[in-house]
Amino acid sequence: MYAFVNGPLVWIAFAVFILGSIWQIAALYRMSKRTDKVFYNHYNSGAAASSVINWLIPFGSHSWREHPGFTVLTFAFHICLLAAPIFALGHSATLAFNLNISWPNLPDSLVDTLTLVFMAAAAGILIRRFVVPQVRIVTEPKDIVVWAITVLPFVTGYMAAHKMLLDPDTMLLLHALTGCLMLICIPFTKLAHVFLFFMSRAFIGSEFARRGTKTW
Amino acid sequence: MSDQKPVNAADIRAVLERNDSARLRAWLKTCASCGLCSESCFFYLANDNNPEFMPQYKVRKTLGELIKRQGEVSREELEDMKEIAWARCTMCRRCTQYCPFGIDMGLMINIARQCMRTQNVCPERLMNIDQSYVEFGNQMQIPDEEFVETCEWMAEEGQATIKDLEIPIDKQDARIMFIVNSREPKYYPQDIQEAAIVMHVAGDNWTMPSHGWEATNLSMFSGNIAVAGMVAQSVYDAALKLNAKKICVTECGHAYRAAKYEGPYWTKQPNGQAPVEVTHAVALFHEYMKEGKIKLKHKFKDPITLQHPCNLSRSGDLGEQADELMEMLCENFIPMEPHREWSHCCCGGGGFIPMGPDYKRTRMVAGKVKAEQIRKTGAKYVLVPCHNCTDQINDLNKEYDLGIKIVSFKQLICELMEVPPHMQPEEEDEE
Repeated sequence: MYAFVNGPLVWIAFAVFILGSIWQIAALYRMSKRTDKVFYNHYNSGAAASSVINWLIPFGSHSWREHPGFTVLTFAFHICLLAAPIFALGHSATLAFNLNISWPNLPDSLVDTLTLVFMAAAAGILIRRFVVPQVRIVTEPKDIVVWAITVLPFVTGYMAAHKMLLDPDTMLLLHALTGCLMLICIPFTKLAHVFLFFMSRAFIGSEFARRGTKTW
Repeated sequence: MSDQKPVNAADIRAVLERNDSARLRAWLKTCASCGLCSESCFFYLANDNNPEFMPQYKVRKTLGELIKRQGEVSREELEDMKEIAWARCTMCRRCTQYCPFGIDMGLMINIARQCMRTQNVCPERLMNIDQSYVEFGNQMQIPDEEFVETCEWMAEEGQATIKDLEIPIDKQDARIMFIVNSREPKYYPQDIQEAAIVMHVAGDNWTMPSHGWEATNLSMFSGNIAVAGMVAQSVYDAALKLNAKKICVTECGHAYRAAKYEGPYWTKQPNGQAPVEVTHAVALFHEYMKEGKIKLKHKFKDPITLQHPCNLSRSGDLGEQADELMEMLCENFIPMEPHREWSHCCCGGGGFIPMGPDYKRTRMVAGKVKAEQIRKTGAKYVLVPCHNCTDQINDLNKEYDLGIKIVSFKQLICELMEVPPHMQPEEEDEE
């Protein structure tokens, strides 16, 4: 079991994540050629880029500026979500050990902090779902499931690193398992916004730009 | 009320299929239900932040349900959806600007309207207007001859102000083919006269078509895209027949958007461009002022603010030009906050005004946001370059006791401009 999860399953998960995402992007791209002529007729690369970039910068868009609390939560969530796993020493060491790739890493204490900030932001986002009426009314079970899928690898990773709750090996197993689950879910759930964000933002930035209108 | 025929799910599915695009699929898949669209919506704000008015919820309860159930819904459910799609959204698209993914919820409501329209679930008056377009070519059942007569009458009467004023009908090779909202020949013929005076004084080469003169395209809001395309096509055909260089839309918001941006797709024009360039009175007057074709006796002195119609300043490209025109005409222009492309809808758009008295109460409640914006500027004059906004703001004026006067660009220009001596009538009455 342990060998499978930490071996082939990780490979499978990455393959599903990468190939699944490419497949989704390619399918949408091909469909758009037929159904979204408005985009190609009036494509404006500058506006498409601005539309993406300004929303990637904290407080870069009107909407971010008008919702400072949520902006801080979202950016803390997403920045830590990317930085903690990419630069965790455990991941770097695994890569070096298995594939002989040297990968940069951040000090453990910093990765710990990123993970804790991530978990705090995730908690904040979840609480917001239930506390803010206009968010609660559109919250569905799948929103909670997707939230849990995203958060679990971090909770288990942190616990494994700090030898909490279960013995480290079992926790590590759970960590790898939930990490794989998240990767596999990305192309097929709302988590697809990982790549769809860029596509839909480019579209709307370009589409509104032909009317002289900014969407950021 | 409406006939109790069973719902024809196949017709709804046909609409869904026609609108099935890569962008729609991406939108349906990405929405993270974050709620950022809520506060962008004036319906939500004006209804005490009632979460049922937040845009994503409205889309989910209409198009979302129709897609999920592939049109297998009951007539009662459609009636409920009708109240959401028509009476809780004007498709002003402000929420799109506030969505991190840029999900166009206005467009999604429009697709829901198209679905419902196939079942004749739609505010009665909008459906009648579709019929009027088919029978008369305009929304107000005006025969073309009557329109031409009105123009002749207005030209004649206008000669008291401008010596040789004419309203050329069906003139070939003109630079501008001017088209109007049929509300003008019906109720406000002076609007046509004023536009004629401005174009005449500016020395432009212009005309109006005897058919295809209707600028409005309310079928875009009823969800009857076939008729919307027919109306757009009749305007293009008129311009092509007369070999006009440009089609100029009167001070109306959605008419411009329909002719310039949506019409080319309804009528399947290559590259999504209208066959004849489409412009708008705001752009035309801007050009006259900038090029010195119109000179002013003086600028307008009183504090004045500007209503940015959504279909001109957000879904059209005229926000900046409208502000510049205001600066050229007025000494004391106070913009509303927020303005231009971020402006709030006044709740006159999306078909609301023609939906009639049944929806007036809703309109007055939701218009509170606009009324407050106007009040905050302190201006007693509001310039409104859109007919539906004009009607709505007139109503808001009474409802909220704003004590304002509503003016249009052509009205203001007529009042302020210098008429060259050779255009002044000979025996001037001592005035």
